[in-house]
Amino acid sequence: MMSQPPLSPSVNQDVATPRKLFLQGHPGLNGRRKAKNNIYHGVLLAGTLFAVVMLGLLLFQVIRSSIGWLDWQFLTSLPSRFPKKAGILSAMAGSLWTIGLTALIALPIGIATALYLEEYSDARKWFNRIIQLNISNLAGVPSIVYGMLGLAVFVRLAGFGRSILSGALTLALLILPVIIVTAQEALKSVPLSLKEASYALGVSKWQTITGVVLPYSMPGILTGAILAISRAMGEAAPLIIVGAAGYIAFLPTSPLDAFTVLPIQIFNWTSRPQEEFQHVASAGIIVLIALLLTTNTIAILLRNKYQNRMD
Amino acid sequence: MTGEIITFKKRSSKQTQLQEFIVRMILLFCASISIITTIAVVATLFGESASFFQEVPLREFLFGTRWSPTLVPRHFGILPLLTGTLMIALASSFISIPFGLGSAIYLSEYAPKKVRRVLKPILEILAGIPSIVFGFFALTFITPLLQALIPSTQIFNALSAGIAVGIMTIPLVASVSEDAMSAVPDSMRKGAFALGATRMEVTTGIVLPAAVSGIGASFILAISRAIGETMIVAIAAGQSPVLTLNPLESIQTMTGFMVNLSLGDIQHGTIEYKTVFAVGSMLFLMTFVMNLLARLTIHRYKEARK
Amino acid sequence: MAEKAGMKMRAEQVNFWYGEHQALKNITLDIPENKITALIGPSGCGKTTFLKILNRMNDYVDGARAEGIIHYQGMNLIGDSLDVAALRMQIGMVFQKPNPFPKSIYENVIYGPKRHGIRKKSQLDQLVEQSLKQAAIWDEVKDNLHKSALALSGGQQQRLCIARCLAMQPDLILMDEPTAALDPISTQSIEDLLLTLKEKYTIIIVTHNMQQAARVSDQTAFFLLGEIIEVGETKEMFLNAKHETTERYISGRFG
Repeated sequence: MMSQPPLSPSVNQDVATPRKLFLQGHPGLNGRRKAKNNIYHGVLLAGTLFAVVMLGLLLFQVIRSSIGWLDWQFLTSLPSRFPKKAGILSAMAGSLWTIGLTALIALPIGIATALYLEEYSDARKWFNRIIQLNISNLAGVPSIVYGMLGLAVFVRLAGFGRSILSGALTLALLILPVIIVTAQEALKSVPLSLKEASYALGVSKWQTITGVVLPYSMPGILTGAILAISRAMGEAAPLIIVGAAGYIAFLPTSPLDAFTVLPIQIFNWTSRPQEEFQHVASAGIIVLIALLLTTNTIAILLRNKYQNRMD
Repeated sequence: MTGEIITFKKRSSKQTQLQEFIVRMILLFCASISIITTIAVVATLFGESASFFQEVPLREFLFGTRWSPTLVPRHFGILPLLTGTLMIALASSFISIPFGLGSAIYLSEYAPKKVRRVLKPILEILAGIPSIVFGFFALTFITPLLQALIPSTQIFNALSAGIAVGIMTIPLVASVSEDAMSAVPDSMRKGAFALGATRMEVTTGIVLPAAVSGIGASFILAISRAIGETMIVAIAAGQSPVLTLNPLESIQTMTGFMVNLSLGDIQHGTIEYKTVFAVGSMLFLMTFVMNLLARLTIHRYKEARK
Repeated sequence: MAEKAGMKMRAEQVNFWYGEHQALKNITLDIPENKITALIGPSGCGKTTFLKILNRMNDYVDGARAEGIIHYQGMNLIGDSLDVAALRMQIGMVFQKPNPFPKSIYENVIYGPKRHGIRKKSQLDQLVEQSLKQAAIWDEVKDNLHKSALALSGGQQQRLCIARCLAMQPDLILMDEPTAALDPISTQSIEDLLLTLKEKYTIIIVTHNMQQAARVSDQTAFFLLGEIIEVGETKEMFLNAKHETTERYISGRFG
């Protein structure tokens, strides 16, 4: 598989092996090899910077387009047919409701699953291996497919209708794999010696988990959870399938209300023919990104707080 | 040592065992939700698809070249959606594979620690940007750029959406490939360096061949993600299910169709509703097989390294 | 009573396997009350394995299997019907590396008692003071009880771990090379502590350090390749070992 440089001493004395050329001080060969290496290095660096440049361009484009459109009126108004009057309030409220509910559903289930897999199950048993493989596979299922599951099961079968609850349940299933896998990594990082110390005091497994394992791994679990929740906050496709509306002119008051979320509202504006709505959309994108940044900051603060308590 | 005597309330082992048993059952139930999810996905998709195929012959669905499920006369040939989807996947892989792999090689083999500490978070930020934002970027930035370069480019076209999907999946290729490369034991690199190989020779001759399965897996994952990507194509690729291979024309992908139809109010039991599920099944099957392949490859090289 | 007079515990014909590998062969050993028993021998000789059988820490090792009888308070420590949690309340353990929980000093000491039903603040306070005093660390930490245990030095951490163990008011204490990770001064203070603890507790200590065994223990058992070669009073054994292998090991000619 690997191309090896010729190592065995050559039978024919006249053949120029790399070593001989090197010993003869052959400048061309080494110079060329070094130059090639440098060019390669340059190309790789440029390739890596491509992503950086694209990120910069993307943010630049969004900010430039939103100038003059992102104002207090935009933040506090309901959507409108007129670009100047359009606002994002109902979408923000919808997003907060949906994401809050999603976190409430997905976090306990995700952490419990990770606990089962890491602390209770025997990883060699076929059933547990299937659970593990299944989780990594679910992580790759397109989000729109979760939308179809939500439509069939939560909207119709369970009768929750096209509501916040249906949307949150759908998103919860969508982000479960991420929460589980990151929580598993965090649980794996708990030193065995701490668990042993707890067991040696005659403390039961579950008490050891609540007393030592969870406090120790909480920063890692939280980080993963917030990552997952950020992902849910940016999702539009599954919620469109579940039936979130593009136009909601009221604020939700219960989980069974109809709703829209920021990405869908943005999508709705992007697909309008009037040029002005592109600016409204970009203002919406800024709000969405700001919300994502806030969540991530909260995550970091929470994590630091936990870590301080641990040290 | 004096003082009052402290007595421990010893819980009976039965009590503890009962608690442990209950906890175990609750956790097991939560863990099985992921299995239930998979079963539910398969059941709903294939259940609705089954009734779709009672009305539409499988042959027409797979080999028909016209797609107009909502207009009479209805046609259910999925080929236009399939070519649209594959064009997006292809265009995106022209971006994500070279740039993702390049980033992975640079980060794993070349980058000094300081540079890594800056570049890795930037890639993570890129990975965290919602796809809707990439869709906006495609429509308002990439498309005008393409139109300036090639005037015949339509407002909605496969290339623009494909490029945006490609940019979005760079971090995926980069992180999975980098994982594979950092799993290559350092002793192999040192052996080659000791023979006087340059860093490039070590990378292309030793590291890449040793990490090839993981790198391959990252490509498969990226393409699978491109196939399932929805919002970018819904915004930028258009809504014209025509059988074309011209990336500058408006097309429709499988996901684009599903979203487009769902924006209207589709009633359960109608042929439209069933069509969405039939297309969804196709999408699920394609991505499922690709993901399984990639996961198994990654699992294999991880086991081999143990 | 299966234990002889003055004996805390008696192991009879104990065999132990890790999968196919037999780690202990026909171990028979009496543990005298309020004495320190040292288990010595080269690495891999089975002394730590034996120690961990006594509080069932081997239960977490895949493929571990034990046979024989260990008499203790009318129970057999080998066997499925044993209430392991109750056993561990009686038999405390101190590990090779100090392993305090990443919590405050106070929280560390009350970790066990709190989970075994002691809730009253006054009782917990009393337990903390009493245990830390017994572990000879009270004077060093009494003003910082709510500081993190991880801020303590290695030797202090180990004494805290001993206090955590004492807070359960155990009957017998197992120590697995408790000074292996410590500097000579900390080692000294732990050894002094052991000598005061044996007035109240029975202690079994695994050690690599011959001098330590000679200094602190009353009885010594020499393990080799999973068997006990010799067991007897420490002074007696270190002055004139009955077996030549023991003599060679004690004098540092192998191991």
